[in-house]
Amino acid sequence: MKARSKRLMLVGGGVALLVAAVALVLSAFQQNLVFFHTPSEVAEGKAPTGKTFRVGGMVEEGSIRREADGLTVSFAITDTARVIPVSYRGTLPDLFKEGKGAVVQGKLEADGTFRATEVLAKHDENYMPPEAAHAVEQAAKAAETVSQ
Amino acid sequence: MNSPERSRSIFRFAAPHNFYPLAGRLAPCFAAAALVLGVVGLWLGFFVAPTDATQGEVYRVIFIHVPAAWMSMFVYLVMAFWSAVGLVMNTRLSFIMSQALAPTGAMFCFIALWTGALWGKPTWGAYWVWDARLTSQLLLLFLYFGFIALTRAIEDPRRADRAGAIIALVGAVNVPIIYFSVQWWNTLHQGASVSLNKAPSMAATMLLGMLVMAIAAWMYTIAVVLWRARSMILERERHTEWVGAVLEREAQGGRA
Repeated sequence: MKARSKRLMLVGGGVALLVAAVALVLSAFQQNLVFFHTPSEVAEGKAPTGKTFRVGGMVEEGSIRREADGLTVSFAITDTARVIPVSYRGTLPDLFKEGKGAVVQGKLEADGTFRATEVLAKHDENYMPPEAAHAVEQAAKAAETVSQ
Repeated sequence: MNSPERSRSIFRFAAPHNFYPLAGRLAPCFAAAALVLGVVGLWLGFFVAPTDATQGEVYRVIFIHVPAAWMSMFVYLVMAFWSAVGLVMNTRLSFIMSQALAPTGAMFCFIALWTGALWGKPTWGAYWVWDARLTSQLLLLFLYFGFIALTRAIEDPRRADRAGAIIALVGAVNVPIIYFSVQWWNTLHQGASVSLNKAPSMAATMLLGMLVMAIAAWMYTIAVVLWRARSMILERERHTEWVGAVLEREAQGGRA
């Protein structure tokens, strides 16, 4: 065998072993690599409910309620299957809206309310001008009327 | 080795003394293309592309952020490719190419992280979060720094080349992790707007601006890497006759 093809096999074999090792490590740490848990995972008991963790999903339509003190906000995070009521005291990011994604960090109280210490807005990968967004909204409404 | 057939093939440019003048002729063309495309891309991005419905004007960071992030990942893969070629074929120019790429890749990686932080604050509400995408991209920056530090720290160029090549190959595993992190795990970072297996989820002018900026980043990278490779060649081959001849010609005002 030529020295060159020997080296090729050595480098190729080394890289293949490395990829396999990394794949094993990543699958072992699967749980620690997620940034947030979904409400369904929390309901199934997969989230570390004993300590601070993050829940992510959509802010449920019509769920945002501001308390009298003007600082405390309550809303609900849903993944359309399960809903978690959240209470938070502080300022919200600009993109925090009903029907949009959000990630909250905090602790689950005994009464099932999630007391958040931090709220992050999660936006999607769609970028369009306001007119297009309006058109999409109208089309969705029209489709809804047709299906009814 | 020096049969006439071989010297006419494209592989003759693997010899530093053939590559040096070629790189010198090509680099200004790529630099000019980078300048023109960069101006057009920024103009498209900041003046032509419409405002985004959800994010308003702040989304325009995308015209710098995404091309920089793409480039930072791609440059690392090219670096790993040249390192593998160098290890297998024992070609001097391959190692020079991979080391010439590293500072530019690190720069784009830093730009991607920095613009990402500036984008994250007004949209997410945080400059930085430790989600899989952001963390793996930060790891990429450290891999670049590690590669640069290691290749500069070892005196013997042959040993430096080999050590660097191993970091480049090992670190290349991180690139697909960065790219697929938003699909594999729950991340705060949104998914890809542009990918091979689906239609882009962006308005046409936005997409055009971003792609023109991406090509500008390519042209810039090629130009800078060719120039950097040229100076590395001169440094490494300074004891050879041809470099002496080149330096003499340049000193007399001629072109190499």
